Amino acid sequence: MSASAHARRDDGRPADYLSDTSVASWLLTTDHKRVGILYMLSVTLFFFVGGVIAGLMRLELMTPRGDVMSTPDAYNRMFTMHGVIMIFFFLVPAIPGVLGNFLLPLMIGARDLAFPKINLLSWYVYMIGGVMGVWILVYGGVDTGWTFYTPFSTMYSNTYVVTAAVAVFITGFSSILTGLNFIVTVHTMRAPGMTWFRLPLFVWSHYATALIMVLGTPVLAISVVLIGLERLFQFGIFDPKLGGDPILFQHLFWFYSHPAVYIMVLPGFAVISEIIPCFSRRPIFGYRFIAFASVAIAIFGFLVWGHHMFVSGQSMYAGAVFSILSFLVAIPSAIKVFNWTATLYKGSLRFDTPMLYAMGFMGLFTIGGLTGLMLASLAIDVHVHDTYFVVAHFHYIMVGGTTMAYLGGVHFWWPKITGRTYSELWGKLSALLVFVGFNLTFFPQFLLGYLGMPRRYFEYRPEFQVLNVMSTAGASILAVGFVLPLFYLLLSLRKAPDAGPNPWGATGLEWQVESPPTTHNFHEPVLVTCGPYMYSPEEAEREYASQHVHTA
Amino acid sequence: MQHHHQSSQLHQSAEAHEQSHHVIAVKTYLMIYLALMLLLALTVGAYFLDMGSHQINLAVAMTIAVVKAVLIVLFFMHVYYSAPLTWITAVGSLLWVGLLLAFLLADYFSRGWLDILGK
Ligand SMILES: [Cu+2]
Repeated sequence: MSASAHARRDDGRPADYLSDTSVASWLLTTDHKRVGILYMLSVTLFFFVGGVIAGLMRLELMTPRGDVMSTPDAYNRMFTMHGVIMIFFFLVPAIPGVLGNFLLPLMIGARDLAFPKINLLSWYVYMIGGVMGVWILVYGGVDTGWTFYTPFSTMYSNTYVVTAAVAVFITGFSSILTGLNFIVTVHTMRAPGMTWFRLPLFVWSHYATALIMVLGTPVLAISVVLIGLERLFQFGIFDPKLGGDPILFQHLFWFYSHPAVYIMVLPGFAVISEIIPCFSRRPIFGYRFIAFASVAIAIFGFLVWGHHMFVSGQSMYAGAVFSILSFLVAIPSAIKVFNWTATLYKGSLRFDTPMLYAMGFMGLFTIGGLTGLMLASLAIDVHVHDTYFVVAHFHYIMVGGTTMAYLGGVHFWWPKITGRTYSELWGKLSALLVFVGFNLTFFPQFLLGYLGMPRRYFEYRPEFQVLNVMSTAGASILAVGFVLPLFYLLLSLRKAPDAGPNPWGATGLEWQVESPPTTHNFHEPVLVTCGPYMYSPEEAEREYASQHVHTA
Repeated sequence: MQHHHQSSQLHQSAEAHEQSHHVIAVKTYLMIYLALMLLLALTVGAYFLDMGSHQINLAVAMTIAVVKAVLIVLFFMHVYYSAPLTWITAVGSLLWVGLLLAFLLADYFSRGWLDILGK
């Protein structure tokens, strides 16, 4: 120990991972915690860029006529850039890049990820893609939609399609590197005694996510490369005039992009599975079911992609099979929701900020999932395909699910990451604003879609205006809810570390080290002797008794 | 000591561990290389052979290509001498490509079955 002593503070304690503040120490770091912080800064930036674009779109949609944006084409570029930025530069890297990088080694008792340099490389690769994305945005954007559907993208669009394809291609590799790192880390870096069934569910979920990243992302890379080849050199792959098939692109694209939904939401499950037992003071219900459900989702998620193509010329028989398989994937998702709910049952619940986000997640993800089943039915999909019903559905998953989970996770682990506590009052207020604002924004969109308002148009029929005004009003509340944490979390950094190692009384190895952790995470070799979530009913009773001690 | 610890973490048998450090003889590489060249000649030859229909030509060419790929994966990429986990990874990845192709072909083959345009 003394021989390996590193930089120490004046009081003799080992320095925490944040103590070296030089720019080079950040840009050349291979510390998984610092890479996590780098990711946090960048995904936050991209989230607000994508958010401002969303705000402009909601302003445009406040009135039936096009009046905010100069041309319909400007609107097309807006929704495309909103989708590209939010999906590839926020949702996919957010939880794995920030919380996964920071917590995975801590949770399994490791010094770092298996490949620390590759971890840093993944951030640089991501930033190259991200900077290209911003460059495209500044120089006029892309108008194909984030889905890059052919033949429009290869033959007709006169925007920066190839540049966007390259940006997505590059960012994809960042995702593959992260996935590879997580898989190898979970296999080889677990501390002695940390068996597979002692892993926190956060780790199981990230393992499943990593599998999808590695198996799916190369196909996305192939599809965008083929777009580039056809656009630049007229390869006949997707364009019927050249002997290609446009539906082939949709197959390739959705082979990645449906599983990508699980790349975005499985890490959300990871966060929720940690928050719920902690604030219920109960062991998680059905640990193995939740663990295996994550892996099942990763695998079955690859068998359902055709549900995006029910009305696009795919064979009816393929459609029917994809429809049935899509119903099946709801089972592992439901297993998780029921197990979280069962964990709450007779728990001694505490409604701190992270728990508010987790409860919001459970409700909103359930609505998003059930409307997904409606969309997976062939007959309903014919009616609501390409309407605001679809937009509302996936925002319930992506914002109500992933973004709520990300915020919940940031609030849960903020004391660990920074060593500081934040104002609970402001935290709860912002969680409430996000929940209310979100529902006001997106629930009307279910109704709009069911009434037949198509997505991706900047004008609409006057009878849809009331619901659209509600949606825009909700978006402004949502925006306040998203901006508030930026202020009170950053303000918390001004005070001295006050969180202590374990402010929530949580189990898990990451709560047994200092906040913020030292560079080397653990001071002595870790030996794991018990499973996760040892929140006992006795402990809950004790807490309850101490709360009511004055009546005794 | 350090070495042994590593192998137990990888969940490899001692035998598999030995295998992962297997040094492949230059002779083996040369043999595989020759086999690949032979198969290449076969591919070119099969192109000029009239087998009755394009489909058969295609099937023959693809079969030869698969044999070549398998040789490369097994020997040049060392999978043949690797731990079970490496085998699982290699076979799993192959299955995943198969999955993509299988569903893709299922759509293409069943497209004309209904008397509706485009279905
Ligand atoms: Cu899907």
